[in-house]
This record gives sequence, structure tokens and C-alpha cells, in this order.
Amino acid sequence: MSRKPEKLIDKKGLRLDGRKPDELRPIKIEAGALSNADGSAYIEQGKNKILAAVYGPKEVHPKHLALQDRMVIRCRYHMAPFSVQERKSPAPSRREIELSKVIRESLEPSIFLEYYPRTIIDVFIEVLQADGGTRCASITAASIALADAGIPMRDLVVACAAGKVDDTIVLDLMDTEDKMGTADVPLALMPNLKALTLLQMDGILTSKEFESAVNLALEGCKKIYTLQKEALRTKYVNMKEVEE
Amino acid sequence: MSSVITRVKQKQIAQLVAKGKRLDGRGLMDYREIKVEQGVIERAEGSARVLLGRTEVVAGIKIETGEPFSDTPNAGVLTVNAELVPLASPVFEPGPPDENSIELARIVDRGIRESKAIDVEKLCIEPGKKVFIIFIDVYVLNHDGNLIDASALAAMAALLNTKMFNYEIEEGEMKIKSGYTPLPIKRRPITVTFAKINDVLVVDPWLEEEQVMDARLSLAIDDEGDICAAQKGGGGYFTPEQVLEAVKIAKEKAGERRKNLDW
Repeated sequence: MSRKPEKLIDKKGLRLDGRKPDELRPIKIEAGALSNADGSAYIEQGKNKILAAVYGPKEVHPKHLALQDRMVIRCRYHMAPFSVQERKSPAPSRREIELSKVIRESLEPSIFLEYYPRTIIDVFIEVLQADGGTRCASITAASIALADAGIPMRDLVVACAAGKVDDTIVLDLMDTEDKMGTADVPLALMPNLKALTLLQMDGILTSKEFESAVNLALEGCKKIYTLQKEALRTKYVNMKEVEE
Repeated sequence: MSSVITRVKQKQIAQLVAKGKRLDGRGLMDYREIKVEQGVIERAEGSARVLLGRTEVVAGIKIETGEPFSDTPNAGVLTVNAELVPLASPVFEPGPPDENSIELARIVDRGIRESKAIDVEKLCIEPGKKVFIIFIDVYVLNHDGNLIDASALAAMAALLNTKMFNYEIEEGEMKIKSGYTPLPIKRRPITVTFAKINDVLVVDPWLEEEQVMDARLSLAIDDEGDICAAQKGGGGYFTPEQVLEAVKIAKEKAGERRKNLDW
């Protein structure tokens, strides 16, 4: 069990891992990390290590789930038993079921669902190691996996959290800050459409603080967005060179 | 969670909203009539029935004793469960809780937990060994839209109605004494839910509006007017401006309801 540190932000205004309040953790995104999936991505954000895979569009089983005018997205967010301090039971928890739903709903607006009626896409997310902000990193990775699978999309979806820690609004909370902090606001964005596709919050914030947390998270999203595009470029530009 | 609604009606709802009107005659920012009745289930330690238009929800509180979580040895435990019982709607099916009822329970839970509505430290009997466990069970009896606001309201009203038995510790044993005390309640969060229809925000969507809406946003507001929980739902999106607009309206709406309820 980790003890609560006296202060989450030191006298110099730096956080436990030495970051400034508006600084992201180091992020590494790789498109196409798995060979079996139609599309996949791997992300590391701080100590988070997450894999996302996309299968489809494919025939719907069971058949009654099929929709006549659009495709169905199915999403499973799952944490490995060894991904957290105390072993997590592999059975889906209530938290995982809720997150699967909100992640699905954050990705749906980006996809041209009506292009593939009567089909389904499975989005599988496995958290191999968790360090706070896994839902956001999962969305960032899953969107890359969808793009990698060649699904027609309006924009990439990128997610990032902001929150309040020791009276300071900070970006991209890690586990300790999430647990010991005052508030956490995860959000997902389609940057070109300025559309928020995920917004959650827990903790207490005044409406002013809420506004600055949202704005800070939006800034974070924009930074991660360039890394997302970079990841896709790295895979597909290199591939073209090999072909040539 | 959808039943059939004709395309004609979908279009009608969307077009009306664009003109600032709603099919049931309400203004965009009007709630349906709210009725709260407390103490409806005598067997429960606390209970409340909420009618939000034709949406009907009962919340019941049961209190047990048990072990605290290892990371919070001095705090009582709060659990929220929601049941979308099959008698409430043709689209609810019997069986284990699905993602909709789990999401509903977790939104209600977050509002109460994050606002620190209950002083959980006062629910500790013996640190690390024995604490009170508060079970909040939300039971949807009739689904006519906006289950989130109705459930959050029912849960909070039931908590305010809850009586705990008195006890004392004698030689390490817990003895129940006569009489009851209310729960240690510190705050009374109020949840306000918006639907985005045709790019317009409306408050308190009813069932048919929920089937037309692009997305949903719920905000829990505490006694000081601060935000203590938020959840976006549905397969659409909000712009940042719409979210901030919703925050402003939610504070007003929560304030109005707080006044009406005398909370």
C-alpha cells in the first residue's frame, strides 16, 4: 500500500515525478503492434502500457445485434490481473464495464458508421500496466488502431485528463495524483471538429476551475494528437519506402 | 435501451427543438413535474420514491456491518446498485445488470461519493475491523426517460430519510440500544442531465427525446454550487462551449430544485 505523500506539488511547483503542472508524461505510440488484428496500436504514457486491437468490419454474431442502417461497435476495456499493485480479478469489474461503454461512445462519433450497415467492429483494449489515466490512453490507442484498420473516420479521437492536485490545476494525472488529488476530468476530443466525445469528472471543482481544467486537457489533447499522427506516419511512410 | 419510435416523430422532435419548443409543451430548460415521497418502504432503513413526469424510481437504503476496505480502515463503506427491472419498460430484460444499469449506478455513486455527501468516517465502529456498510439500491419502476436525475434524487432523498440504530461497544461487543439517529449527511448533491438534440441543449429528456438525442451530459452540483461529478453518454459529442453553457445552467437548475426541496 502506498502512503500519501505530504505534498503532491513541491515548493518549486513541481510534481512528484518532476513534471510541471501543464506537462504531459512521456508518450510513445506505435501503430500496428499486433499482426493478427486488422488494426492495432500500442501506447506507453508514463508507466501505462496499453494494447488496442481492432477486428472488423465483419459479419455480426449473434445476428440479432446487427443494425440495418449502420455498423455496430463493440468495445471491451480490460485490465490484466498483474497491471495494478494488488492483483485484479480477471473477471470484468463494474468499472471496466462502464469504461467499455464510455470508450465505445467516445469512438463512435468519429466513425462513418453508416458506410458498413449490418457489420460489426470489435475494439479490444488490454491494459498491461496501469498508472492512472488508462481510459484516456486507451482511447488514444484505440483510435489509432481503428485508423490502422482502414476504417473511414471523420477525425482521430485523442484523450487526456486534467485535474486538481493540492490547489493546482494539473495535466495528465498519474495514479497517485488521481487517488490523492481533489478532482479528475478525463476528456476525449476530435481536434478538427472541436468535438468532445468523452467527458467525465469526479472530485470537487468550482465552475471556474472546471473551465480551466477542460481547457488544459484540451491543450494536452492537441499535443498528443501530433504524436498520434506521427505514429501513423511512421508506420505507413516506412512501409511505402520498403515497397518501393 | 431503445424502443421503436417512428421516423416522422424523430424528425418532429428534432425540428421542434430547433425552434425552441418540445413535443410535450415544455420549454428547453424546463423540468417535468417532480414529486418526492420519503419513507415509502418501512422495512428499509431509509427510502424514497421519485416521480419525474412518468418516470418512477424507488431507492431503498439497507445498513449492515462489515469490514472496511484496507486502504480506508476508518471509513464506512458506500455501495450503489441500480436495477432496471423488467416491469419498468418493454426494453428491460431480466438477468444480471447490463452496462446501462451499471453506468446508472456508477453515476449516482459518483455524485454522492465525490460530493462527500455522507461523513463516512462517522460510520466507523472499530477501525480496520468493523464499519457500517450503506447499501443504496435504486429500483427503476417506470422508464420514461432521464433515469439518472430521478435515480440520483431518489438516492439522496432516501439517505436523508435513513435512520440508523443506536449502539454502544461493551467489552468489545457491539450492543444495539433503543432509538435511532439520522445518517451523518454533510452535503446534498443534485444531478442535472442535458440531452443534445439537433445541436441544441435541452434539460431532462423524456424517453422519446432520449431516442432522438445525439449525446447526453449529466452534471452533479453540490451545496456550494461546485461541480462534483460529470458524465457524458451516448454516441454523439458536445463542443467545449456547450459543456460550459451546460455547467452554467446546471448550477441554476440545481439551485432552483434545492430551494423547492428545502435541501
